[in-house]
Amino acid sequence: MSNPRQNSRASVLSGVTRLGHRVNDALQRLGFAARFFVMLLLLSGQSFRRLHLTIRELYFSGFQSLLIIMVSGLFIGMVLGMQGYETLQRYGSAEALGVLVALSLVRELGPVVAALLFASRAGSSITAEIGLMKATEQLTAMDMMAVNPIARVVAPRFWGGVISMPLLAALFSTAGVFGGYLIGVVFIGVDEGAFWSQMQASVDFRYDIWSGIIKSFVFGVAVSLIAVFEGYDAVPTAEGVSSSIKSTVVQSALAILALDFVLTSFMFREA
Amino acid sequence: MSDDNLVEIKDLDFAYDDRPILKGISMQIPRGKVVAIMGGSGCGKTTLLRLIGGQLKPSRGDVLVDGRSVPELRADELYALRRRMGMLFQFGALFTDISVFDNVAYQMREHTDLPEDLIRDMVLLKLNAVGLRGASRLMPAELSGGMARRVALARAIALDPMLIMYDEPFAGLDPISLGVIGQLIRKLNDALGATSIMVTHDIQESLQIVDYIYFMSDGKVVALGTPDEIRASQHPFVHQFVFAQADGPVPFHYPAEPLDRELLAKDAYEQS
Amino acid sequence: MSRKLLDLWVGIFVAVGLAGMLFLALKVGNLSAGNFAETYPVTAKFANIGGLKVRAPVKSAGVVVGRVVDIHFDPSEYEAVVTFNIDERYRFPKDTFALILTAGLLGEQYVGLDPGGDEKMLAANDVISKTQSAVVLESLISQFMFSKASEAPSE
Repeated sequence: MSNPRQNSRASVLSGVTRLGHRVNDALQRLGFAARFFVMLLLLSGQSFRRLHLTIRELYFSGFQSLLIIMVSGLFIGMVLGMQGYETLQRYGSAEALGVLVALSLVRELGPVVAALLFASRAGSSITAEIGLMKATEQLTAMDMMAVNPIARVVAPRFWGGVISMPLLAALFSTAGVFGGYLIGVVFIGVDEGAFWSQMQASVDFRYDIWSGIIKSFVFGVAVSLIAVFEGYDAVPTAEGVSSSIKSTVVQSALAILALDFVLTSFMFREA
Repeated sequence: MSDDNLVEIKDLDFAYDDRPILKGISMQIPRGKVVAIMGGSGCGKTTLLRLIGGQLKPSRGDVLVDGRSVPELRADELYALRRRMGMLFQFGALFTDISVFDNVAYQMREHTDLPEDLIRDMVLLKLNAVGLRGASRLMPAELSGGMARRVALARAIALDPMLIMYDEPFAGLDPISLGVIGQLIRKLNDALGATSIMVTHDIQESLQIVDYIYFMSDGKVVALGTPDEIRASQHPFVHQFVFAQADGPVPFHYPAEPLDRELLAKDAYEQS
Repeated sequence: MSRKLLDLWVGIFVAVGLAGMLFLALKVGNLSAGNFAETYPVTAKFANIGGLKVRAPVKSAGVVVGRVVDIHFDPSEYEAVVTFNIDERYRFPKDTFALILTAGLLGEQYVGLDPGGDEKMLAANDVISKTQSAVVLESLISQFMFSKASEAPSE
């Protein structure tokens, strides 16, 4: 047999080879994803020409997420109301509660938490649906029937997600502001006029709210793309589909938080 | 090529990455006939159907369908050709989110501008042909395996294709459903004036309904002939296949070291 | 589910979502009050702007009348040049006094406008000549100490 030194050299070499192999794989997948995205955009015409395809997806990913989004928003807003009041009243500025609640929601929590909820509620089910259609040869069958599955199945789900996301984020923030109002004004007794007027004086439409809408749009594109790609690229077995669903949720969460950092650093650099 | 052959496969090679699947396959599928392609599991039969449908590209050789080379077609030409092909998938591959009726109507709605009441009549006729007109409102999940296969068959013939391909139409069916599907394949082919290619490993059922049989093994055509010729064949592979013998030219064992040597080499496992 | 019902639910979803955005824009944000549709730019030069930032409010008599849109340094006169947009509805005399003030003891800094008595009004791109810089706490203290020290011998 070989001597130890040769062994260790061989194992280092095989480690390097493995590393190279993984990098190669990752790059190949990235290239495939990019090509998939371009194809998706090129074939999107049909999802708008035949609008009912997209409307159906708006129902499944948008309307059906309403409840979880609004309830979560309400609770987050109520927690912000309690915690914010607790801190602010130490400095005698409890009237600024409205500002605190509204700014945290429209700038950060609305887009980010709504996108995280959306990824686990709608993104995972999009991946599961497309992955199972692939595993049961429905996508192949469609392709053999001269119907392009990217145009017919993938693109409507993508656009349904992209359109839903900003609406859901706005509703999350709205429910949150209402939650903060409920705790701050109705239960604790912060002055109602100060609550709203201070909020309006400090929340800028273009700077704060519009940035939030742009954020949620970007998150919508990212989450929807990850969801449809993971489904389309799933290994067509039960195990493969379940691992794709898992990576939709994980990758979406990472993408949302990383993109949030990048976008925040561009949008709010001066403040 | 002669006009008598709807599909002609010429010296075809195909490989997944570096793993060769098909090695120099040549076949002729005459118009109006039902042809079976047989062979053990994993010998590349399904791959061959994918190549005819243009979902895969061969590494060498050519596939002609109705006189046109499939690998050289542009995407839109390929889709135009596929509208004239029907395919039955191994487990039906019905769209699970829409009803039986909508499954059969799918291609009519996608590819034609026919009014809805005409589509309704056509769908009911197709479903009647497979004996499932009464099941048109059911969802695919409510069907048995044999019924799902028949619905898929109705869907495959929705646009009256010139070529119908069957991927393992008999897999996982009880003897009654199996006989029903076999008869339907034959009858529909003759009624539509279509040509059928059937990939299967069910020899007994196939011998009763097909006009011609190709045997494939290890990516090559090893035997061919009419059902009578096949029954009389002395070819060792065909003999093993027809009489379902466990060992023969197709070995029982996956290639491995001799058993005694592997059992003795215990430390090989411990090291790895 | 029938297509009509589906359309209805999606219609409700989109309408509610847009209403949420409208609520944020009008009730939470200041689109109704703080952003002025029609504005005109006016410039003022200060020796020291302290902690003034872009987007800081411009107030007159305590009412927000505009916002700071640009701040830069003029290298020839070593001064800060502050540009702000004022709502078209409000006109100020040419000799208006611009000051940099602080909201509360530690609050944000903003620009205050003290109207003068000139007949002529400020037009777009005019420069306000009379300004007062931000109060810098350190120089205030040192000034106070200096004056105390100079007062002492005369007593």
